[in-house]
This record gives sequence, C-alpha cells and structure tokens, in this order.
Amino acid sequence: MAFRQHKLGAAGVGLMLGFSMMITLFGPSNDFRSGVSTWVGLDKQLSLGRLIGFSYEDPTVSGEGKPITVILDKDPKTGAAIDPPVRAYVYKAGTKFSPGINHNELLGPGVEELSTGIGKIGSASMSSGAVFTVSKGEFNGEEVDYIENTTATRGWTPDAALRTAGDENTRYVGKGKTIYITEGCWWCHTLLPEQTQDWQAFGAPPFLGDFNGEMPTAFGSDRKAPDILHVAARNSSREWMTMHFFNPRLVQPNSIMPRFNYLWGRTDINGNPIDIKAWSKEYDEYLAGNRIYPPEVPEPARDSEVRALIDWVLTSLK
Amino acid sequence: MLMKYLFAKNDEIPAGSATIFFGFSSIFWFVVGTGLGSFNAAKLAFPDWVTGTELFAFGHMRQVHVLAVIVGWISMAFGMTMMYMTPALGNTRLWSEKLGLWTVFLWNVGLSLGLILLWMGITSGREYSDLIWPIDLVVIFGVLVPLGINVWMTIAHRKTQGIYITNWFFGACIFMVTITILVGQSPEIFNLTGLTEAYLTFWHAHNLLGLWITPVAAGIAYYTIPKLTGNPLYSHRIGHLHFWAIIAFYSTPASHHLMSAPLPEWLKSFASVEGVLILIPAVAFVANILLTMKGKWSLFVENLETKFSITGVLLAIPLNMQGGFQQTRAINWYVHGTGWIVAHAHLALLGMSSFLEAAAVYFGLQQMLRRKLYSLTLGNLHYWFFIIGFCIYWISMTIAGLIQGAGKIYEVPYIDVVVAEHPYMIARWVGGTMVFTGNVVWLYNMWMTAREGTLVPEGRYPHELAYER
Repeated sequence: MAFRQHKLGAAGVGLMLGFSMMITLFGPSNDFRSGVSTWVGLDKQLSLGRLIGFSYEDPTVSGEGKPITVILDKDPKTGAAIDPPVRAYVYKAGTKFSPGINHNELLGPGVEELSTGIGKIGSASMSSGAVFTVSKGEFNGEEVDYIENTTATRGWTPDAALRTAGDENTRYVGKGKTIYITEGCWWCHTLLPEQTQDWQAFGAPPFLGDFNGEMPTAFGSDRKAPDILHVAARNSSREWMTMHFFNPRLVQPNSIMPRFNYLWGRTDINGNPIDIKAWSKEYDEYLAGNRIYPPEVPEPARDSEVRALIDWVLTSLK
Repeated sequence: MLMKYLFAKNDEIPAGSATIFFGFSSIFWFVVGTGLGSFNAAKLAFPDWVTGTELFAFGHMRQVHVLAVIVGWISMAFGMTMMYMTPALGNTRLWSEKLGLWTVFLWNVGLSLGLILLWMGITSGREYSDLIWPIDLVVIFGVLVPLGINVWMTIAHRKTQGIYITNWFFGACIFMVTITILVGQSPEIFNLTGLTEAYLTFWHAHNLLGLWITPVAAGIAYYTIPKLTGNPLYSHRIGHLHFWAIIAFYSTPASHHLMSAPLPEWLKSFASVEGVLILIPAVAFVANILLTMKGKWSLFVENLETKFSITGVLLAIPLNMQGGFQQTRAINWYVHGTGWIVAHAHLALLGMSSFLEAAAVYFGLQQMLRRKLYSLTLGNLHYWFFIIGFCIYWISMTIAGLIQGAGKIYEVPYIDVVVAEHPYMIARWVGGTMVFTGNVVWLYNMWMTAREGTLVPEGRYPHELAYER
C-alpha cells in the first residue's frame, strides 16, 4: 500500500478549499474595510451598543446593558435650548460601548479621524459612562458625520442627559432591537429593500456604510410580510403601533401577524393587571357582533418589552 | 442501554450499536422537526390559533423547526450512515464504537439544550447560526470532531486498496463543515460586525448546505443504489468529477444569497457564475446514479429503500435546475425573499436530501439490527404520505412565491399579497401535516422492527428476504 490515496486526496481538498476561501473570505474583506460610516450607520451602532443577541452582558437576551437613546431639546449641563433637538446616546456607567468606540478603524476613513480628534471618543470611559452624539464635520473638503463624546466636549453626563430628556423623550432602542431578535420578527419582515422595483414601495435600499458596527444585521431572508427598514417613515403613529402589536387584526383585518400581547407584561402603565384571556373573550364577542367596539388595548408600562420595541421601530426605522 | 455502553470497554460493545442509536435518534428528531413544521404552518394559516404566550409564538418556534430538522434529523442520519457505511466500504470495523456512542449522546444532549434555549428566545439572531456560540462549540468539539476522528481513522485503517466515493464525501465533508461552522461563528465569538457579519452569516448558511447536506446525501446514494440493486456504480470517473466539482464550485457562491445587499458587485457576479457551475456536480451525480439503475428499474417499484432513494435522486433534478438559475440576477430579483425560496429549501432538505437519508436509515437499521422491516404496508404508507405531503407543500409554496414575486414587481399593496397567499398557506399546512403523520408511522414501524422483525440470517441482506406482514 505504497500509494496512500487519502493523503493525496486530503491535500487536494485542503488546497481547493483554501483557494475558494481566499476568494470568498479574504477577497471581500478589503471592500468591507473601505466602507465609510454614514449617519445611519453611526446612529445604529451608537443606539444598539456592543451587540444584540446572546452576550456576556445580556445572557438571557432580554435587553440588559444596552445604551438608551434620548432626544434633547435642552443642554443637560447649561439648560440652554437646543433647536432643532439633538439625538444623544446615553451609556450609563458599565454599559459596553459600541464597537466603533473601541475599534476606531470600523468607522471608516474620515469618520475615524474626526471622531478620535475633535470628537474625543478616545477619552470616553466605560466605567464612568458617556453620552455620545453624531455631529457633522469636514474631512478633506467633504462633509462627514462623526461621533462626538459630549461628556468630554460639553460635559454632558449620563444621569443629567436622562433627567433632562424625561420619559417622553427617552427611547429604549437597544432593548427594542433585542426584542425584535428574540421574538423572531425577522423571520417574516426584512430590513433590506431590494435594489429592483422594491424601493418604490418600501423605500431606498441601504448603503455600504449603513452597517458598520452593527451585530447582528438581521436582514431577514424570507419575506412573509412587508419590508420594514423605513416603516416609521410611512406610519409614525404610536397608537397604531400599540394596537397593531397587541392584535394586528384590530387595525388590519387580513393580517397574519401573530398577536404580541404577551410583550405587555403583567401590568399596564397605571399598574393595573392585564388579563389577556378576558380581553380575548371580549374581542371574540366583538367579532361575533355582540359588541360595537373591540376592547381597549392597555397602554404599555414604561419598562415593558413592547414599549422598547415600539421605541426602536419609531426611532430607527425611518 | 446507551448509558451501559458509554462506560463499557470498546470491544464489549456490539458492532452496530452506534448506528442503531444514531438511527433512532434521527427518526425521533424527524418526528419532532416535522411536527413543529406542521404547527408553524398552522400558525401562518390561522394566526389567531394559540395566542397569548411566547412559548407557542411563531417567532419562537420557526428556528427550532429548522434546526431540529437540519441538526437533528438530517445530520444525525448522516452520522448514522457514516457509522455503518464507512466500515463496510473499508471491509473493517468501526474504529471506535464507544466514541460513536459518545458522539450520539453528546449530540442529543447538546441539541436538546440548544433548541430549548432557542425556544426561550436565547439566540444569536443570525439565520442558520441561531444557536448561541457556546452551543456551537459543543457542536464542533463534542460532535463534529469526534465524528470526524471516527470516520477518518476507520478510512485510514481500511482493508481495501482504494477509497470508495462515498467515503471520499464523508471524510471531506466532515472537515469542510467543521471549518464552515468555525468561520461562520467567528462573528459571534470575535464580535465581527456590519456587512462582514451579514456576509459570514450567509457564507455559513450556504456552505452548510453545499459542503454538508447536499454532498453527504449524494455520497449516501452512491452506497445505497449499488448495494440495493446489485449493479456496480456506473462510473467512478464521473463520481470523481462530482466530488472535485463540489469542492471547487459549491464552496464559493455564498453571496448569491445577498444579491440585493450592498456587497461588492464583483463578489455577487463571481458567486452567480459559480452558482451556475454547481450544475456540473449536479448533473454528474444524477446521471451516474440513474445509469447505475440500468436493468433494475423494477426495483423502483418493488423495493421500498430503492423507491425512497431514487425519488430523492429524481427530486435532485428540479432542485439543481432551480438552484443553478434562480440565483442569477436575471431571476433572483423576481423570486428573492418569496415563498419560491421556501419551496426550494424544502425541495433540497425535505425532498432530495431527506428521501436519500430515509432510504439509508431504513436499510442501515435493518442491516445492523439484523431484522427485516416489520411491515411493508406501513413502509409504503410512510412513503406515500411523505411524497404526497411534500408535493402539496412544494407546489403550493412555489405558486405562493410566484404570486408574491408578481406582487413585488407590480407594487401590489402587501396586504393583498397576504390575502392571495392564504389558500396556499392552508395547503402548506396540510402537506406538512401529512409528512409529519408519515414520520410517526415510520417511527412506530422501526420500533416494531427492532422488537419483532424477522431475523436476518448471517450472510444475507434484509432486502433479499420476503416480508412476513
């Protein structure tokens, strides 16, 4: 048995697989690296944090340890009015930073220089927390968006930013995207309008720099429902979203979307218990024609999962 | 009984034990997976059925169905075939029966744990890599590496001069799928982000199908058809063409899954061309197997295992014709993201692949138990429930996909597409439920075979004996 067929074969398989991996893995890595973060990309990574899905900081994937997005119409330090209001990303002490803060090269040429330079993101500290915004600057004669560490540049602290915003201007975007992942919304909805006719109905397809620092991207592959990358641009009503999540058939009789009434938790915003069985019974009576109106949909509690989910939809999917 | 053998000396474990445990595990997961599929389909047809709890929400169960079928049924059936075909083709014993039993034990434990976590929503949020990375490490180091060592060592210790084509596929595919999962999970372990993550997700998803499910299923057919018909394989050279073309062409077209994402255009074009070249191994495989049947076509009707096997090979024809061309830009823009793709995925996994593995599991379990199949009637019932249920599913989803594609390009309001698809969603549920019912019958039939099947005498094959029931 001088001729060992399996040795020759193993070498051949290794060579061919290595060659195909050179093309399909090493090849595109240069193209990906050259992607310059757009405003959408920076907004996404700052509002979502280090990563969504299973991680050390959030092992049960319930949205723990995510940054909080706030809309500020007043300077948290000086109290001076800000017009138009600015979107800020609050990282409380201990919240893990989004990938671009620690790995600046992910931001892409230009954005990296401005963020580390005038944006001072290098001085942000995870242990004491930070507040970031996306600002406009100029690099080599071209306008670029960059990350500004306002804790260093303007003295905004996480606590002050949250207090200034108040509940009505606070958006739990990071937690909301986590719910999108755990509830499997992406098994039916996509976040990727196609480059063909699709964009006329569902909006513009995303750009190369729209994803830097996002994990997971959750494009979705199997569309059993509309693309929702720009859904908030088509419908920005929080009331509609609330009813639609509780029971989609309340606002769209032909929808096949599941009821997400379990995302309300046990109590509504006023602390009253939510009885889903009783609600369903009253709804069935409404369907049977014994009631004129369907039962009221409870208003979600501040810390409920559906509140965060609606925050994410209305804030990020524009 | 499994527990007893896990700590026994290797020589004291009867040959074929690993095969038998693998075989019954795979059928069990097939029942679970198709049951979940039927439940999910019901939820798409009747969304108000079972509500108010996340445990039975579609979004919590969809990925459990997919992974129960891929990792539980298909991959465990692969493990089962490797446990008996590899030694048989090397004219030797399995390198370690004990390692095989540990593999099937860890596989069941790891998969159960992973699926329960997925069901609870503990996921990485990446399609086909949904399992969280600690579970993926179990898959690699608890399942694939031990399986690989067993297969590679059995091949290395063979008592034949050459290596038969089936073992080429087995040995190479275990290695390639391990690499695929390692690379595919790297975004989770090293927190790679953005388009890199999106691309690697589908690089993993594509190669899981292309370097594991399709080629191993084909490798199985290279064993079962010559064995059942008694004909030698039509051509080993065509078999080699098939093998090397799989390695060269099937490992590259990953990005054709993301034709509308902002990936580099050169990569998409390259993937598209390579995707068409997949037809080379596909045609080589189908031609080789069908020509092997020469003079023995009556067995397609008379012999249950051949019936399953050849049905799988015949389903490979539409599968590859769709697969080769639907990913080109000319067609992809129309069908991408529609039910057409769902139909195609089920044609690959439930059609071509599952029929080939079912044949091998039927044959291997009878061979290793040394017992003839309990009931031919139940076997045929399984076959017809399977093929009719599958066809209902496949045809209804293909039609639904074409409706959806038309709705997409003519900009029909989406809700009208949902309304138009409703009848096909009901048909899909009916088809899936038929497949599930057939599998329950199969599990019963196999269980009764183990207990009451006619004993097969030494030196004979089960398919040479007459059925007693």
